[in-house]
Amino acid sequence: MLINQKPELTNADVTPKEVYQNRRTFLRNAGLAAAASFAGRELWELASPSSRASAGTKLAGVSKSPFSTTEKQNTYDDVTHYNNYYEFGVDKTEPAKNAQSLKTYPWAVSIEGEVKKPRQITMDEILKLAPLEERIYRHRCVEAWSIVVPWIGYSFSNLAKLVEPAPSAKYVAFESFYDRKQMPQAMYAGIDFPYVEGLRLDEAMNPLTLLCVGMYGETLPNQDGAPVRMVIPWKYGFKSAKSLVKIRFQKDQPPSTWNRLAPDEYGFYANVNPAVDHPRWSQARERRLGDFLKRDTLIFNGYSDQVANLYTGMDLKKYH
Amino acid sequence: MRKLLINKWTKAASFLICLLPLGFLLWRGLHNGLTANPIEFITHTTGDWTLRFILFTLCVTPLRKLLALPELIRFRRMLGLFAFFYGCLHFTTYIWLDKFFDLKEVWKDIAKRPYITVGFLAFVLLIPLAITSTAGWIRRLGGRRWQLLHRAIYISAVAGVIHYYWLVKSAVLRPLAYGAVVAALLLWRLAAKLRSGTDAENASLLKAQPQKSQT
Repeated sequence: MLINQKPELTNADVTPKEVYQNRRTFLRNAGLAAAASFAGRELWELASPSSRASAGTKLAGVSKSPFSTTEKQNTYDDVTHYNNYYEFGVDKTEPAKNAQSLKTYPWAVSIEGEVKKPRQITMDEILKLAPLEERIYRHRCVEAWSIVVPWIGYSFSNLAKLVEPAPSAKYVAFESFYDRKQMPQAMYAGIDFPYVEGLRLDEAMNPLTLLCVGMYGETLPNQDGAPVRMVIPWKYGFKSAKSLVKIRFQKDQPPSTWNRLAPDEYGFYANVNPAVDHPRWSQARERRLGDFLKRDTLIFNGYSDQVANLYTGMDLKKYH
Repeated sequence: MRKLLINKWTKAASFLICLLPLGFLLWRGLHNGLTANPIEFITHTTGDWTLRFILFTLCVTPLRKLLALPELIRFRRMLGLFAFFYGCLHFTTYIWLDKFFDLKEVWKDIAKRPYITVGFLAFVLLIPLAITSTAGWIRRLGGRRWQLLHRAIYISAVAGVIHYYWLVKSAVLRPLAYGAVVAALLLWRLAAKLRSGTDAENASLLKAQPQKSQT
């Protein structure tokens, strides 16, 4: 009786002698091929120029702002091809390529928490909520480089007034859009998503705090945080969350992405301060993109007149 | 394959291939391809290739043993010297373009910033290895001492990986991948040493046994 008879091995199953005898050659060639392909890919990366991003839509009726600096602006090309947007890759040049997949229309932002009139607000409504202004701001990254960008938007307080924060609201949390499918590179970033940031309510209501919908006369390119982002010019760049989907007014200080990851390196306040070093590098100087020599970093990124009073009596080293 | 490896043109071609990263940097420099922050881009690229060439150098011995290709040894010195070459470019970029010869600032950095301290260590350790890479120096030092000295590259490799790991903000995957490769290469050496150690013991036991039986 033959039950569950296994097929017999035939000649065809025998590894040919030549293959067997040449296994070392095979392994050797496979190893060398793997090494060569790695090196080749890295070289190709180095050789291939970055792709160019498509331009946005022109924004009409934009007025000038007294908050603008007269310093030389960085080029559009610099600001769109040197980005920290970890959802789209950790290399500075990656977001320009990868963020093009982000769908920014239709878009709505949910405003919730300690407010009298919580609501969803669509992008079209955001664009019409208040007159658009061009604000040419200095933007200082925690990595010790800086840029000057002609942002377009209006003071965040306009949006806050729309929903009427309750007296219990002491902080505002900002949450960025996150979708694994549209952001496959996010899993290699080493930080948790969605990206969350926060401000004290008085910081958020400061007129410098910008709800930003454009730059260089146009809507925001995806890699710069389309379609709507925060810009808080006296704080390190990571405080200015991109591609906002949720704004929450709350009683307690919200957790913030980088602060959660390394609290000693990235404080909740993250005010630009040349006297408080990042534990691993100095914050005393910065390289303005386009400059060869570094320049001194200014306290509150040069916006002391507008914001220093928010922090009177506060130990800026402790609350860095 | 062996014929190819001992061909003198293969070595010349390898030399040129090793220069490609520098060539591409220059090409990018001429074509506005160094990103908005060229100094950072040059620093990172030369740093990446320094570490890669250290790893390539460390791959030679395991590959030559595992693949039974002793001819690979002909490329080890060249790869090591290219690691040093890219290390020099990396260090020069830092001193010149980043710090603009502010040596006081550089020294403060090296003393105060751990990632720069280990990076500096990794680089400094390569200097004696580059100097003593000639046949004359092998003779002068004697094979055993020369080999001992050149194990400093193990420290350089580990320090290089730590240097990378400590400078990234959160994307630790890449430095960890380099770390895994270094760990594998060093563990292979340890295993090989242990195995040859036990082989030697066995051999001496075998030698000793007949003597025992004689008594």
